[in-house]
Amino acid sequence: MKFLCIDCDTQMTFDERQVPGDGTFAASFACPSCGRRIAMLANEMETQLVNAMDVRIGGRTLREEPMQLIRTSVSGRADALDDIPPAGSAGRVRAVWSAESEERLARVPSFVRGMVKKIYADYAQERGIVQITPEVMDRARSELGLEGM
Amino acid sequence: MDAGTRGVERVSFRTYHEVEGRDSSGLGEQVAAQRARVTNRLRTVARTVAVMSGKGGVGKSYIASALALGMAARMRGGVGLLDADLNSPTASRLLGARGPLRVDADGVHPAVAQGDVKVMSMELLLDEGQPVTWRQPSGERFVWRGLLETGALRELLGDVAWQSLDVLVVDLAPGGDRLSDLFELVPQLTGALVVTIPSEESRVSVERSIRTAQALGVPLLGIVENMSGYACDTCGGTRPLFDGRAGAALAEAFGIPLLGSVPFHPVNDQRPQLELPASVVDAVTASLMITQPTQVPSS
Repeated sequence: MKFLCIDCDTQMTFDERQVPGDGTFAASFACPSCGRRIAMLANEMETQLVNAMDVRIGGRTLREEPMQLIRTSVSGRADALDDIPPAGSAGRVRAVWSAESEERLARVPSFVRGMVKKIYADYAQERGIVQITPEVMDRARSELGLEGM
Repeated sequence: MDAGTRGVERVSFRTYHEVEGRDSSGLGEQVAAQRARVTNRLRTVARTVAVMSGKGGVGKSYIASALALGMAARMRGGVGLLDADLNSPTASRLLGARGPLRVDADGVHPAVAQGDVKVMSMELLLDEGQPVTWRQPSGERFVWRGLLETGALRELLGDVAWQSLDVLVVDLAPGGDRLSDLFELVPQLTGALVVTIPSEESRVSVERSIRTAQALGVPLLGIVENMSGYACDTCGGTRPLFDGRAGAALAEAFGIPLLGSVPFHPVNDQRPQLELPASVVDAVTASLMITQPTQVPSS
């Protein structure tokens, strides 16, 4: 899919995505020539179509975790998977989880929780974020296109 | 309301292919990358064999599991079994595979079952007796199920740390279309083994799946006829269990070898519960070794 600024006859570029958590999806595109921005608003069905294909509008910015589709789409057994932290991660500075963010993480089904925790921790580390708060989680979810996390 | 209806002049603009810039989402590239993950993962797997049947209830999972076990005793390079029957998985239980499954940077590690067979199955991910429930809006699940199931099969192939294997046995759900899904993901598939029972109903149903395999160009290793009579422990004889001779009839009709017939055995403490006659394992193994994998056109 390409977005064209008709006035400038210039292809618009992907700007940012938003995942509000209500099953819908939004992405904005901007014209590099005149700066005009537009928003593409996808309804639940359109969002689900993209999720079922396991692709990301605006491109994938994150390395896919093993069995990401299954873990985010299936109600699985709580103790089915044992996520092992990456080798050498013990020495790395990891962001601290605020009480509110831990509470929110605890509401994520156990089947997928280990993976979700790793994704947010990696996101924080890559950006030098020292504390993971619900706001950081929201930002990460939108930036990374993580519906259902 | 379009421009004409609104009484304003129509604007002209370039179409998709006239705009030279790259698609910013690159959905095609993302899907290609998903396929590449499967291809890369299976580079260390020498042969991939599908065990299929057009008909359910023929004991396909039993044959696939017992075959994996029998092959593991004959091959030093390792044997894996992927239970691709997502909605009715049983192979991991038959082989005694247990979780939890370790997840690290290399992927999800398969369970190691009896005979050192590496096993991956949805059964290892679900609560006891729970069906596969997709967390999608109810009322629309039928729309997404096919996409999700194909995506799940892709992850079970490509996200599992199979490592080096001589053979990966893929136990397919009943139905010819399942082979199509697998073949799209694994075009280098070595071949398919067909399982039937003797009945005429099975012959007709399995014939369809054989035709599907032929249409796809998947090499057919041969046919195994399961429940081919009832083996009586008392008299030592084998008595008929079903009317029909589907295995032989299909072999004749399609020019495919009948690799063996497996009688139904009653429970007996003196005999392993998961075992195929050695002649059947040998015949399937030999067929697998001489079959040239499907040639993947270089892109």
